[in-house]
Amino acid sequence: MQGLLPYLINGVSVGGQYALIAIGYTLVYGILRLINFAHGDVFMVAGLIMVYSSATMPIYLSIPLVLVLTVILGFTIERAAYKPLRTAPRMSVMISAIGVSYLIQNLAFYFTGGLPQPVTNPIPWISDNVTLFGESTKRVTLVTPFLTVALVFALVYLINNTKIGMGMRAVSKDFETAQLMGIRINSVISMTFVIGSFLAAVGAMLYFTNYPSVAITSGGMPGLKAFVAAVFGGIGSIPGAVVGAFLIGISEELIKGLGYSTFSDAFTFALLIVVLCVKPTGLFGEKVTDKV
Amino acid sequence: MKKTNRETIITAAVLLVVLIGAFALDAALPSYHIAIKVVKKACVYSLVAVSMNLLNGFTGLFSLGQAGFMLLGAYSYAVLCIPVAKRAGVYQYFDGGLVQFSLPEIFSGVLGGTVGPVVGMLCALLVGGLIAALCAYLIGLPVLRLKSDYLAIATLGFAEILRAFFQWNALGPLTNGSNLLKNYPDLGGAAAYVILVGLFIAVILLLVNSTYGRAFMAIRDDEVAAEAMGINLAHHKRLAFIISSFFAGIGGGMLAMYMGTVQALSFKSAMTYEILLIVVMGGIGSITGSVLTSFLYIASLEWLLRGLDSGTFLGISSPIFKNGFRMAIVSVIIMVVVLFFRKGIMGDRELPDLFRKKAKKEEVSGNE
Repeated sequence: MQGLLPYLINGVSVGGQYALIAIGYTLVYGILRLINFAHGDVFMVAGLIMVYSSATMPIYLSIPLVLVLTVILGFTIERAAYKPLRTAPRMSVMISAIGVSYLIQNLAFYFTGGLPQPVTNPIPWISDNVTLFGESTKRVTLVTPFLTVALVFALVYLINNTKIGMGMRAVSKDFETAQLMGIRINSVISMTFVIGSFLAAVGAMLYFTNYPSVAITSGGMPGLKAFVAAVFGGIGSIPGAVVGAFLIGISEELIKGLGYSTFSDAFTFALLIVVLCVKPTGLFGEKVTDKV
Repeated sequence: MKKTNRETIITAAVLLVVLIGAFALDAALPSYHIAIKVVKKACVYSLVAVSMNLLNGFTGLFSLGQAGFMLLGAYSYAVLCIPVAKRAGVYQYFDGGLVQFSLPEIFSGVLGGTVGPVVGMLCALLVGGLIAALCAYLIGLPVLRLKSDYLAIATLGFAEILRAFFQWNALGPLTNGSNLLKNYPDLGGAAAYVILVGLFIAVILLLVNSTYGRAFMAIRDDEVAAEAMGINLAHHKRLAFIISSFFAGIGGGMLAMYMGTVQALSFKSAMTYEILLIVVMGGIGSITGSVLTSFLYIASLEWLLRGLDSGTFLGISSPIFKNGFRMAIVSVIIMVVVLFFRKGIMGDRELPDLFRKKAKKEEVSGNE
């Protein structure tokens, strides 16, 4: 058991980072019924921006810059690639999302020259080494779960108690009726992407602190896993996404700890298929019946 | 829709010209020439794109598992075709591997040195396809009950599981773990690829035009209505999934053949995305579109747009033409097509439709 403890701690931390990405998926799915395949790549771009900005400017400038640029990116993707297809079949929007993902990866390849960008200047305080239960780890591992939970509470407050939050809830219940009730659909949807990208940017800063470099494909896996977490927890549900992400993060690291690293990715997808077949609505999802 | 003689003749003529062109390429150019490579790779992509179109375009099942099935086909082909003498070198970490025979060699023992290897390679391709089809049957049991985006993500997950599985060291004697498989034979030049892929696509075309094909399209247009008309949904969906995977498996085998080496690592979900985007660009539901776009896409990426990466394109030199620029350009074009030309190059038209006389075309569109 002693040997598994560091993996458990790591799992909680990775789970927190997945949770921050998963919320982006679950919010967008709740409102647009769209799997935003580009979200993982937004996460990767946030990592790249962090690498570039932290190398050239002080920390109190680089962190806000990462957040702002990522939010702008998310907003632009929605306006450019999803808004024109609002009346199109769902599959067209999904294809557009895949296209955006492809585009972002290729642009990132062009700008980075295809080389993984080393994280030379990680964010100072959280990348320090600390000792926990006799195990050495980076401080980010400890900070992540708390930061995640705090952000989730802030988000839940936003959704339950503000006007825009009410709009989001209304749009996710019934797109067309909400429009008839005078809710400005486009600004609500943009807000969703802004929140999702903001959280992905925070997640990226935490995630890549633990990694030596950011490659253009770095976003794919965490993105897909966060999506699985969102499905596992019941897509459209924020608490579900968070719980699902922590469970996936922990089990993945434990599988690594038991010596089956090859299967830590496969486990996540096996879980996905099992969940989809046994309980497609996930842990906390609402049951939706299809009308003819 | 009855085709007139004129369209049939022109279509046949176009196909004949393509075939003669392939033979001419083989005769005129050395086998390592870029034009031949482009034709070979584009053929492989055509087959895979058409197989994906059968599922996504004709049956309306949005599956993203294509890379997984290609992986199965590629590995089957490679494992069955590496010459026995070279196995020790390829499987150097696994004592020469588990499989100690090679289909091309077995068949050349029976049928002689010229026909035998070809038969053996074709058999290996078919075995790959069958394995992919079997896997599709098994995975289809639970997964095909899901709808639209859930189906997409489940098949995507399945492909990722397969990829992890093939890299597992315990399977090393069979799959060589995460190391390369290599040294297996290639079928031949551009003409061989064109003929083989042409045959497979012809089979798919016959299928699409059969009662099964019409049932698939009915399912795509309206599941509930199709069921009410007496189409067995589960049966037809499974059939489409299995057939599509069969051809994806064969396509994977041919990709292995073309590339010369196989590694599980390269069958990422990005490969599926690439093929999906080819299908979308060509027009969802048009086999001709998928084939045309495959050729356009591969030719521009591998050959025509090379200059965008290496500094000089169409005689213009610019510092922005550096590594990765052509992919960026191509993906921008793809996004433009996806957003503004949603029907793709061909819409749902096929090759003979292009040669129909103007007046008739209007009549057809008037009927729709």
